[in-house]
Order: sequence, then C-alpha cells, then structure tokens
Amino acid sequence: MRNYLFLFSLFCITILQAKQIEVCKSCSISTIKKAVEIAEDGDEIFIKKGIYKENDIEINKSLIIFGEEGTILDGTNKGSVLHISVDNFVIRSLKIINVVVSYTKDYAAIKVVRSNNFTIENIVLDEVFFGVLIEKSHNGKVLNNKISSTSKDEANSGNGIHIWHSSNMEVSGNEVYGMRDGVYFEFVTDSKIHNNLSHNNIRYGLHFMFSNNDTYFNNEFVNNGAGVAVMFSKFISMYQNKFTHNWGSASYGLLLKEIYDTQIYNNIFEENTIGIKGEGCTRINYKNNTFIRNGWAIKIAGACYGNIFEQNDFMHNSLDLAYNTQVNDNRFESNYWSEYTGYDLDKNGIGDIPYRPVKLFSYIVNQTPEALVLLRSLFVDIINFSEKVSPVFTPDDLMDKKPIMKRIND
Amino acid sequence: MIEFKNLHKNFGKLVVLNNLDLSISEGGIFAILGPNGSGKTTLIKCLLGMVIPQKGEITYKDKSVLGKWDYRNDLNYLPQIANFPPNLTVQELIEMVKNLRPKQANEKDLIKLFGLNDSLQKKLGNLSGGTKQKVNIVLTFMFDSNLIILDEPTNGLDPIALINLKELIQKEKEKGKTILITTHIMSFVDEMANEIVFILDGKIYFKGSVDALKEKTNNSNLEHAIANLISKQYA
Amino acid sequence: MLKILKYSFYDLMRSRWSYVYFLFYLILGFVLLFLNNDVNKAVITLMNIIIVLTPLIGTIFGVMYYYNSREFTELLLAQPINRKKIFMGQYIGISISLTLSLVLGLGIPFVLYGLFKSAAIFNFGLLLVVGSFLNFIFVALSYNIALSTENKIKGFGFAILMWLFLAVIYDGAFLISLVMFDEYPLDKFSLIATMFNPIDLSRILILLKLDISALLGYTGAVFRKFFGTNLGMVLSMSILVLWVLIPVIRINLKLRKKDF
Repeated sequence: MRNYLFLFSLFCITILQAKQIEVCKSCSISTIKKAVEIAEDGDEIFIKKGIYKENDIEINKSLIIFGEEGTILDGTNKGSVLHISVDNFVIRSLKIINVVVSYTKDYAAIKVVRSNNFTIENIVLDEVFFGVLIEKSHNGKVLNNKISSTSKDEANSGNGIHIWHSSNMEVSGNEVYGMRDGVYFEFVTDSKIHNNLSHNNIRYGLHFMFSNNDTYFNNEFVNNGAGVAVMFSKFISMYQNKFTHNWGSASYGLLLKEIYDTQIYNNIFEENTIGIKGEGCTRINYKNNTFIRNGWAIKIAGACYGNIFEQNDFMHNSLDLAYNTQVNDNRFESNYWSEYTGYDLDKNGIGDIPYRPVKLFSYIVNQTPEALVLLRSLFVDIINFSEKVSPVFTPDDLMDKKPIMKRIND
Repeated sequence: MIEFKNLHKNFGKLVVLNNLDLSISEGGIFAILGPNGSGKTTLIKCLLGMVIPQKGEITYKDKSVLGKWDYRNDLNYLPQIANFPPNLTVQELIEMVKNLRPKQANEKDLIKLFGLNDSLQKKLGNLSGGTKQKVNIVLTFMFDSNLIILDEPTNGLDPIALINLKELIQKEKEKGKTILITTHIMSFVDEMANEIVFILDGKIYFKGSVDALKEKTNNSNLEHAIANLISKQYA
Repeated sequence: MLKILKYSFYDLMRSRWSYVYFLFYLILGFVLLFLNNDVNKAVITLMNIIIVLTPLIGTIFGVMYYYNSREFTELLLAQPINRKKIFMGQYIGISISLTLSLVLGLGIPFVLYGLFKSAAIFNFGLLLVVGSFLNFIFVALSYNIALSTENKIKGFGFAILMWLFLAVIYDGAFLISLVMFDEYPLDKFSLIATMFNPIDLSRILILLKLDISALLGYTGAVFRKFFGTNLGMVLSMSILVLWVLIPVIRINLKLRKKDF
C-alpha cells in the first residue's frame, strides 16, 4: 500500500513538475536530440528560432514539442526527421525541410508508429519525401499543416499525409501540393477528412483504399494528375467537396472502384476530363451534385448495381454519360440536363419527354477513343439525332424520365 | 494602229480564231461583221485582254497588249449586255467608273443628251433594258480616248436615242478617233461604216470599204451582200 | 483594288441579303442570350451554328456574287485595271461584308447583354475570329469553283456539294475510317485529317477552349501535346491562314488563263 502511495505521489510530482526545456543555438541545450534525451513524459520542448540540422530524432516520451516563427528542422537529405513511437504527444509550429528521397525506405518528415492520442498541427513541410506518415495509430489529429514538395514523377516522390492501418483519425485544414498523393488512406476506419486543399499533386489529390466508415467533406481537389481515387471501401460519405481541373487521359474528378453503400452529395465537379468514373460500384446515391463542363460527367464501366442519380445538375459537359455495360438497376431521375431539348407544356417544372443521357457518339468514343476529335461536328449531331429517334446502340431503358427544367443546386 | 498577228484561239475543240491577221489603221469607223459564232466578240475581247489567245500577238500603237492593262486607259468599250450591280445608283456607277480611270470625263452633256437626269438617283436594278443601255453608252463615251469599241450598241434603244448615238459616233469620228463596231443591223453599217471587216471561221474573209464589198458580191444592197457572203459559208 | 473593294462592299452592304443575314445573327444572338440567360450555353449553340452556317452562307454569297456580277466584271475588265485587283477587290469586299454582318449581328446582343463583364468573352471572341476565317475561306473556295465553271447552275451545284462534303460527308468518312482501322494507331491520322478540312479545324480550335477537359482525355501522345499546349492554338490558326491563302493564290493563277 505504501508502495502504491509512493508511486502515485511520484506520478503527481512528475505531472506537477512538468517542465519546459528551451532549445536554441546558444542555449546549453542546443540540439533537439539532447532535449528529448533529458526530457521526461509530459514535458514541453520549445525550440527557438534557428536552423537545426538533425535527423532521425527518436521521440519515445509523451512530449509537447513546439517552435516559433523561424524554427527550421533541416533533415539535410539524410533519412527521416522526427520519429515518434509513443502515445499522447503534440507537435506544433515547426518547419521541417529536406527529407531525402529513397527507393527503399519511406523516409518522412514526421513518422508516427503505434501511437494513440496525438496532435500534429501548424507544421510546414517543404522539400520532403513523405510528409506525415502514420502507421497503426489511433485517435490522431493532423490539423492545419502545409505540406509541399517539387516532385517530378511518381517513382521518386512520397505522399503528403500517409495513414496506414489506423482509426479515428482527423485530417483537417491541411494544404498539400507537389507530392505524389496529397492524402493517402489505407486500412483507415472511422475517420474524417475535411477542409483540406489538395492540389497539383502528381498522382491523386486523395487516395483512399480499404478504408470503411469514413467521411470526407468540404475538401477541394484541384489540378491533380489523376484526381481522387476511392477504392475497395464501404460506408463512405462524401459531401460538399470540390473536384476541379483534373485533366489528362487517365484523370477523373473522382474514381470509384469497388465501392459499396456510399453517399455522394452536394459535391461540385468542374472541368475534369471525367467527373466521376465508376467501376464496380453498388448501392451508391448520387444526389445534388453539380457537374460543370467536364469532358464526361459520368463514366460507368462494369458491374455497377443499384446506383441512384437524382437531383444532380449536368451543365455543359462535353458528354454527359458514357456507359459500356448493362444498365442493371441504376437509375437516373429528376436531374437537370443542360442538353435537354424537350418541353414542359404542363408547367410543372418537369420535362414532358424523357432525356437520354447516353448519345450514340459517346458509345462510339468508348469503342474508338480517337473519334473524340469529331466532337460537336455536324455529322455527329446528325447521327446522335437519328439514334435519339430510334435507339439501336445505346441502352434503350437508360433515361431520365423526369428531367427537371431548371437548375436544382444553384 | 492595231495589229493582230497570227492570232489563234480555241475553246476546247472549237477553234474560234484561226491564225488571224488583221491591221486597223488610225481614224474611221470599222464594222466587224460575220455570222453568229464567227469570232467577232472573241476578237474584240482579245484586244481588250479579256480573252487570252493561245498564240499570236496583238499590238496597239506598236506596243504589245498581252498581259498588260494600262493601254486600256486609251480605249472605251461598250459591252454587249449591260448588267450592273443592282444596288448602286446610276450616279454612283458613273462616279465609280470615273474614279477608276485617271482621266477627265464629261458625263454631264451625255446625261442630258440621253435624258438620264431623272434616273441618276435610281438603283440600276430598277432600270429598263433601254435605260441601262443608255447608261452604258454614257459610260463609254464620257472619256476621251483614241479607240472606241462598240459591241451591239443599238440594243434596245428608242429611235431618238439611236439618232443621238449615231451623231455621237460621227462626232467622234470627226475628231479622228478609231471606232470598232460589231452589229447585225446592216442599215446602221451602211450608214456609218467606212470599212468592213468580215470574219468567217476565225479568219478575215474580207476587208475593205462598203462599196468594195458591194462590188465584190455584185449586190447593191449591203444586207444582201453580207447574206451572200454568209451563204457561201453554208454552201 | 481598294476602289473595287469599296464598291463591291457598298453594293453588298445595300443588298437585301446582307440585311437578312445580319438580322438573322442579331435575332439569334438576342434569342440565345435573353431567353436562355446562360452565356455558356449560348456560346456552345453559337459554335454549332457558326461552324455550319458561316461556310454555307460564304459559299452561296461567293458563287452568287460572282455569277450575278459577271457582266459588270466584264465592264471592269475593259477598264485600265489589273485583273487580279478586280477579283481581289471583289473577294475581299464580299468577305468583309459577310464578316461584318456576323460580327455586328452577334456582337450587338452580346455587348448589350454585358459580355465585357463576362468570362465568356474570350470564347466568344474566338468564335467570331473563327467565323470570320470561315467566311474568308469559303468565299475564296466558292470563287475558285465559280471561276472554273462557266455554267451558273453547275457552279452553284458544285459549290453546295463542296460545302456538304466539308461540313458533313468528310466527317462521316473520317469517323468510319476511325472505326474501321481501330486497331492501328490513328493519332497522327486524326490530326492530319483535321487539318485538311477548314470546318473541322475551326471546330477543333473552338473545342480547345470549350471542351478542353474532354480533349485531354485523349490517349494519343501527339494529340495530347497538340491539345495540351498553346502549340495547338498557334498551329491551327496558322493553318487556317493557309486555308485562306491557298485558294486565293489559286484564284490568281486561274485568272492568268481565264477568258471572259
């Protein structure tokens, strides 16, 4: 009993005596490594401004590490910089630069392994290989960081925020650019990704695999090499995101591959080569999304069942829909189509004749991609018209029976 | 003044001018006659540079005209069918032609002579055939040039206008101008022409005065004399 | 030449058809903008119309003007003016008057609508530039046909056929050959086939602005380079210029031997 009491009081003392260790170039403690070494659980380390050329700093104590304007950790292109393997820590207000690119090891500016309850915020990472790399961790927050690099190709670049085998993570308010993937999720469950801006990354703005029950909203994905890929996952909610300017022969606003039971609503897809590409998607509701001036608003390839598209706006897309399989039980209803040429005599706001979103030309382009150069030619208009009158090649039952006459989600 | 040497022109297989030689001296009225399709108009158009001959040479005042255009400043041409841009007024057309030629023009007297004063502001599309021909005549005679070429000048003219035209031609002749006329109205030729050039099958068949022609065909009536020449072709 | 140009231009500017043409574009512009209220949609519809109609009107006006003014042309030919200047004057006169109908007819409603504040101004400007090019090209092409065909009906027929060929049949054959030779790399073929038809070329030029997202889905490397950079724009424009120059040069060559 006395022993326990002793231990408890010792613990209390430790908490109460949590101390702040200052690190600066002229201080007695001039390196971060040294500071970590002498620190105990619960201590704060304040790194004053200056450039600290250190790498592979092992942090195995629950610390709060923070810097100020001008605090720079320079990895000098040798390995990782911070390596954390402890619960309950906070890292805040630092700038970390120069993490070396490796083909064999995942060097990161901040690497977190097997950790619970942590926060990484207001960090600026520049010229890094991986930015924040988190493995097998839970209840973490990655907030308001700015991560960038000048990657040239996929092979020698890393991801901005890379999370693997984790749960209950929150990724919010970050800006990521010039990386391979902006945000990478693999086997991450019950997590939120919101208010992030991911742009000009080489591959995906967001890359998302085997991650169930996640939500992402209010994010913006602009000008990424291939847009956003969401694959092999269930029970996802995506809303109020913006997908813009993802251009290229294999680029989409959003790629959905093997996705089940997902809600996609209130998103804006603007000027992407393909707005949404769906492969093997089942029971997905697309509602109140806006598709503006995409090459293809939606491209469906293979084994999609039970998808419902309703109340979406399709505005001036080069082609609204490309479809190369059976319609199965996918449904288009009550959407607004800017290409709709029908009329509304009974003035109930719903067009009196159905709209067929698949044109003969989009069927042809599916077969012969080169035919795309003939987009909007008179000949194409003529064959589209004749197909509209008597469908031969395009799915007969694929139509929106209640096309709305006015924009829905203005 | 004008020399055609060895002039040859065919449209496809149809030979229109067949190594034709002709020289026309300065001063006087020359009537170019011949049956339909004998090459009268083609000959004139060669001289005007509108038809380009395959072979041969044309000189005007001892200078070659082929491929040139400035010699036309010394030449007035009355085309056969007068068809003008329908949306221009008569006044504008006259101004335009004046504008195109760097020469003094006296259109006022001519307009008065042919009674065109009332028509000046009318659009050409609204004019009758005869009035158009009058405009055509004004356009031709308003410049002072040494050579005047008239292709069927009497088309659609009323008698008063015809008399005016004849007087006009005589006046020009008196000034020493050279005037080439093609026409099918023989009385007009008889009355006006000093010399006749008769073309047949793309060649000069006869060239000489009216009297010489009558003499040659033993016919005191010019119309018959010409008919005589033409019938020889059919024979 | 300027004098001829001036008179041809005045002549056409007073013709009923110029007004009809001008009014057509004016009404079209107003209808598209004020009934639709969507500049983007208006630009797309306009593109479809300009691509098809401008060449047709250019062709018809060109042939018609040539045949209708033949006698007047003869009168001009007898004047001390160089032949080339007469025809170039007429050609430029027609082209400019048509272009003016187009630019004013569409420009007025768009300006009234507040185009200058809209982001669509570049697309719209490009439409007008392409439309003007098409005018110049098709008037030149139809003049070529008219110069080579004495018979008015025949000339008219050929001209319409030429339009039909370039506007519809060409693309049909193009599409069929793309589908037939599916398994071959058709990248360069498509690009070259596009260059050989001024209507297709103009269409691509506008697509580069309107549908760039779709065009960049193109897999061929040649095409991607062409579409993805300013190269496409510059190259297409210069080929359009060639499309004007070559028929005009041919008119001049033809004139050397032409009898009237």
